[in-house]
Amino acid sequence: MIDAAISFAKIFVVFNALMLCVSIMTWVERRVSAIIQFRWGPNRVGPFGLLQPIADGIKFIQKEDIIPAEAHKLFYLLAPALSVIPALCAFAVIPFGPEVTILGRKVSLVILDLDGGLLWAFAATALGVYAVVLAGWSSNSKFSLMGGLRSSAQMISYELPLALSIVAVVLISGTLRPSEIVAQQAGLFTHWNFFKGVPFLGFLLFTIAGYAETNRTPFDLPEAEGELVAGYHTEYSGMRFAAFFMAEYINMMTSSALGITLFLGGWQLGIPESWQPAPGWGLWTLQILAFVGKLAFFQFLYVWVRWTVPRLRYDQLMNLGWKGLFPLSLANLAATACLVAWNLNVTR
Amino acid sequence: MEQIAFFVLALLSIASALVVVTNRNPITSAVALAFNLVSIAGLYMVLDAQFIGLLQVIVYAGAIMVLILFVIMLLNLREEAQAHPVGTFQRVLAPVATVLFAVAIGRGVWLSNPSVFPAASAGYGTASSVGRELFTTFYYPFEAISLLLVVAMVGAVLLAKKKLS
Amino acid sequence: MIDPRLVLLVSAALFAVGVAGVLTRRGAITILMCVELMLNAGNLAFITFARLFDGPEAQIYVFFVMTLAAAEAAAGLAIVIALFRLRGTTDVDEINLLKW
Repeated sequence: MIDAAISFAKIFVVFNALMLCVSIMTWVERRVSAIIQFRWGPNRVGPFGLLQPIADGIKFIQKEDIIPAEAHKLFYLLAPALSVIPALCAFAVIPFGPEVTILGRKVSLVILDLDGGLLWAFAATALGVYAVVLAGWSSNSKFSLMGGLRSSAQMISYELPLALSIVAVVLISGTLRPSEIVAQQAGLFTHWNFFKGVPFLGFLLFTIAGYAETNRTPFDLPEAEGELVAGYHTEYSGMRFAAFFMAEYINMMTSSALGITLFLGGWQLGIPESWQPAPGWGLWTLQILAFVGKLAFFQFLYVWVRWTVPRLRYDQLMNLGWKGLFPLSLANLAATACLVAWNLNVTR
Repeated sequence: MEQIAFFVLALLSIASALVVVTNRNPITSAVALAFNLVSIAGLYMVLDAQFIGLLQVIVYAGAIMVLILFVIMLLNLREEAQAHPVGTFQRVLAPVATVLFAVAIGRGVWLSNPSVFPAASAGYGTASSVGRELFTTFYYPFEAISLLLVVAMVGAVLLAKKKLS
Repeated sequence: MIDPRLVLLVSAALFAVGVAGVLTRRGAITILMCVELMLNAGNLAFITFARLFDGPEAQIYVFFVMTLAAAEAAAGLAIVIALFRLRGTTDVDEINLLKW
């Protein structure tokens, strides 16, 4: 019983934190893009426009609920929900803190400490394709269908380099359990998997594939405004569109969180153990803040790249995925396997 | 708790299988099949086979069903037409025959199997135990199936290509 | 704990539904999907027996069946596409003559 209550509490905390981060991200996106483009951005609603997400939320809720006449009702209504659910589920296996002791009980700060935790994250990412495909098809519109098919083809193409870079990390760590992978990256930051195996390459491949998976620039042609109106969410308005929006931000956060867990030491501080304070709430708070800080940096990076790098054309995008990233990730895997066999640069 | 999960998942899988078989629209059948595959993956996890359950979601529900959905959309398949009206005989005979068939198999299954699961050994169903077996005892079938996948890929690309004349 | 015979009953029911689908439906892709249903029913039986005999062998058989199903789905769908280009329909009642 107590275990169930603790799980519910963890789910409650993570869910609310994710939703809060999504609303903060809308503000961050608009302000950072404004700074990059040398303009003001939202600054009317509250100090520095900080209440803008609330205004956006009210706007979305009071919009008219339009359903296209010939749309397939069931899937049209199901698709936004179907996009949010896998995005949230993938976050369940990510450890966002060390094993803390609350009121005498040891609580590990991960919702699902599965033996095959990385497989769960990957499975949830794979299920996110359905929402895109169904939204595009059920809207009964040319732009939606083309956008939906292109988006989903892009997502499944980039699943391969993503999976292969994850496998390289699993080779180095010897386990599929995210909490163990984080535990192995303790100590000075040179122990992070970022530097192990073939340095930098695995992380680079994972990040690029992650950008393509979440349909963010430079890989967002399927939803670019000048090209396909808005791709698979053209025919959606109001709160349903907001659901797709939310799902995109949650996917961004899950992808970054996975990258942080695998390559950048998760909640580890990156300083030698002798410099860290003694285990207690001081250390644990620092570690949770370290995780949140790394996550925040990666969200900023997403926005930064979006407003700096030009968009790839769709055939360039698919070529990059199949002819560039896929062989490179295979090479990364082969090189990592050799390094593990000869025990070079893979000390755990 | 496990029993509730098992009953819910079993009901969901049978219900979605019935939707696959009866619905006119191929897209609805495909989505129902994806749902069925995910509920069967849940059943695998209830039976402690974690690795295979997660693989089922990744491979079956996440890749094969998306491929089937793509092909249905590519060919723009409409709802299945019925050339001649389905007679009462067929409409009654098909469900009855299905139930009889299921009962026939079920009776054999019921009489010849134990009624309790033994305790699972430690590390049952984890990736390491399945993987160890896969790369030692089943090494040759593993290599053979990778060859088979390459052959299937080449075959599928060749068959589906448009002729370049 | 769960009764293994109940799980095998579920597997039998899924298999019967799959057989009914293959025999009744007219669209080629829908028939392929019902074949996948039957394969999954078999996989469920395998996993049950793996748990009964407490060994990884049956799980590896499921692994192979899944991979084979993927290869078969890819090749089967390619055939359906080629057939559709030739005959303009995937209705198996319309493409039942080799040459007319």
